[in-house]
Amino acid sequence: MKELEIAKTEVVSLLNTLIKEYKVFAPVGQNGFITFQEIHSGSEAFLDYINSKKPPKEIFFPQSERLFSYDLSKGEGWSVEEPASEKKQRIIFGIRPCDARSLVLLDNVFDGQLYKDPYYSGKRKNTTIIAIGCNQPSSTCFCTSLGGGPFSQDGSDLILVDIGQKYIVQVVTEKGKKLAKKHNEFKEAEDNSLSLMRDTIETAEALIKSKIEVQKVTEKLDSMFDDPFWDLVSEKCLGCAVCTYLCPTCYCFDITDEVTGQRGERVRTWDSCAFPNFTLQASGVNPRPSSKERLRQRIMHKFNYFVANHGMAACVGCGRCIKECPVNLDIQVVLNSILNR
Amino acid sequence: MKNPYLPLPMRVEKIVIETEDKNIKTFSVKFLNDEDAANFNYLPGQFAQLSVLGEGEAPFGIASSPTEPGELQFTVNKAGVLTTALHNLEEGEIIGVRGPLGNCFPIEALESKDTIIIGGGFAFTTLRSLTNYILYQENRSRFGNVVVIYGARSPGLLLYRDELEKWEVRTDLDLHLTVDRAEEDWQRKVGVVPNIVKEIAPSPENAYAVVCGPPIMIKFTLPVLRDLGFPPERIVLSLEMKMKCGIGMCGRCNIGNQYVCKDGPIFTLAQLNELPSEY
Ligand SMILES: Cc1cc2nc3c(=O)[nH]c(=O)nc-3n(C[C@H](O)[C@H](O)[C@H](O)COP(=O)(O)OP(=O)(O)OC[C@H]3O[C@@H](n4cnc5c(N)ncnc54)[C@H](O)[C@@H]3O)c2cc1C
Ligand code: SF4
Ligand code: FES
Repeated sequence: MKELEIAKTEVVSLLNTLIKEYKVFAPVGQNGFITFQEIHSGSEAFLDYINSKKPPKEIFFPQSERLFSYDLSKGEGWSVEEPASEKKQRIIFGIRPCDARSLVLLDNVFDGQLYKDPYYSGKRKNTTIIAIGCNQPSSTCFCTSLGGGPFSQDGSDLILVDIGQKYIVQVVTEKGKKLAKKHNEFKEAEDNSLSLMRDTIETAEALIKSKIEVQKVTEKLDSMFDDPFWDLVSEKCLGCAVCTYLCPTCYCFDITDEVTGQRGERVRTWDSCAFPNFTLQASGVNPRPSSKERLRQRIMHKFNYFVANHGMAACVGCGRCIKECPVNLDIQVVLNSILNR
Repeated sequence: MKNPYLPLPMRVEKIVIETEDKNIKTFSVKFLNDEDAANFNYLPGQFAQLSVLGEGEAPFGIASSPTEPGELQFTVNKAGVLTTALHNLEEGEIIGVRGPLGNCFPIEALESKDTIIIGGGFAFTTLRSLTNYILYQENRSRFGNVVVIYGARSPGLLLYRDELEKWEVRTDLDLHLTVDRAEEDWQRKVGVVPNIVKEIAPSPENAYAVVCGPPIMIKFTLPVLRDLGFPPERIVLSLEMKMKCGIGMCGRCNIGNQYVCKDGPIFTLAQLNELPSEY
């Protein structure tokens, strides 16, 4: 479908219309601390931002989520209750292309061939994704090395290109098309806007200077499991797990039971390969006893194992782990060092 | 869509204390709903997650064989929170089960071959399942000779002793029981499993070795099998890792790109040789 456009002045009213029908999530917050939240008025959306502190993966895979609840007072009986599935359709407005792309990666895990995760898949199905491309990629962005880009369409239903007074709207999927057709704020794009759009995209892509040959990294890693490299590179890692919590593609979780009085819940919570207990067995055996094995797992999983299993690296190059690591353990540096070995 | 996280209710029909230290119990459990029972189709080697509501869940190999319909059996070593909760159960109580999970022993490959079953300690659970599956009247003729070598530290720590006695008198099974330390009335072998394997020296000709046991036993048994001439493709192992989801999603049980819960827990040594040694 041909591109559409929407005037920036119309965005708040569009969001207000959408809010009536959908649960709408958008970037909210100031002073650099942006997160995705449900908004109740279009003016709450803060669209002039680089990227959110926390990735919007939690809209599909919450940090803590009830799998089911139960009643312990029933004694002999068995009363396990699944949470009601969300009936209301949802929209994410203003997600960045890297984070939209991360959902395509996560689909491989949660919507697998053998097993489907009903919690994730349910939310994924009832959500329409409207991305806004990045005119100003950050110095830590390296999405173009991972098959994405500041205007990559993967994972989005609609993607917006900021050309100043208005957004050009690229229609990616049928779901996006349906939504756009229903709302007359979307108009057919003018020809001169389209050439502006192309310039904008080109300029933004050129701003991303980092270029890592990830395919070569993957090949190198094939024979690097026992390399002393991992001792060196992991030396300063604190095992804080910030890198994995803030990673839009990390999905490891724990499952625990939580009981208050007679009510109990089985809950899943984000977990991390950076933690020592992650693989500690009841027998006391731990196949990943030090940060060496744990950091190796993080890098190997993202750039080798995941590629073997799903044909793509489990990284979208958003740069959050680079920005937030307290000891400045820069994944781009790690990848380049691997290439230089 | 079936929710793979949802445990199904089962009643504990029978609890047997297996070992003299009382640290290991076998639970016979039965589905409350016939429909759940009909949908639970498993083969030897697979495992399931057992839930005690309020306490959590943990993975256990299925110790019963599908040729023993009606009930499932799990043999549980008391090790921590959930296993203690299981040990505190009484007959008649309800637990949750989800599964069957993981792959099974390579049953088809074992057909028309000799099978050398080597087990140590309380890891004998799924080997019990496999042995009974092969011994089952309608299955037996499809398989070749069966040798079972099973050891524990002391006689009182062997599992399934009543059943072992029945196996001992069977002519279609060659059973070798051994203990690390002999006691007065012990008439069978004395010595650690790897040494007994060496002594019995089963022929690798047209044979598979299936090995489950503590890491130390496996470590010393593998070279013995290699020296006997068993190729890595015909040495079968069952692995244990820390598990939560059991369905390849929670991300913690991988060895290289293989998830022990979903792609395993059964691997041939040849497969493991291709993977990083992180287990
Ligand atoms: C495929 C598979 C099949 C299995 N089959 C069987 C079987 O047939 N029979 C059997 O008995 N077992 C089996 N196991 C092992 C069994 O799953 C574990 O023993 C069980 O998960 C222990 O659970 P728990 O809650 O009792 O122990 P936990 O409470 O989780 O842990 C027990 C031990 O870990 C330590 N620990 C726990 N948390 C921490 C912490 N945060 N920091 C430090 N230490 C900690 C505790 O000190 C304790 O000693 C199998 C495992 C797998 C993967
Ligand atoms: S954020 Fe940095 S210090 Fe923390 S676990 Fe990740 S690499 Fe290690
Ligand atoms: S136990 Fe969760 S991935 Fe294997």
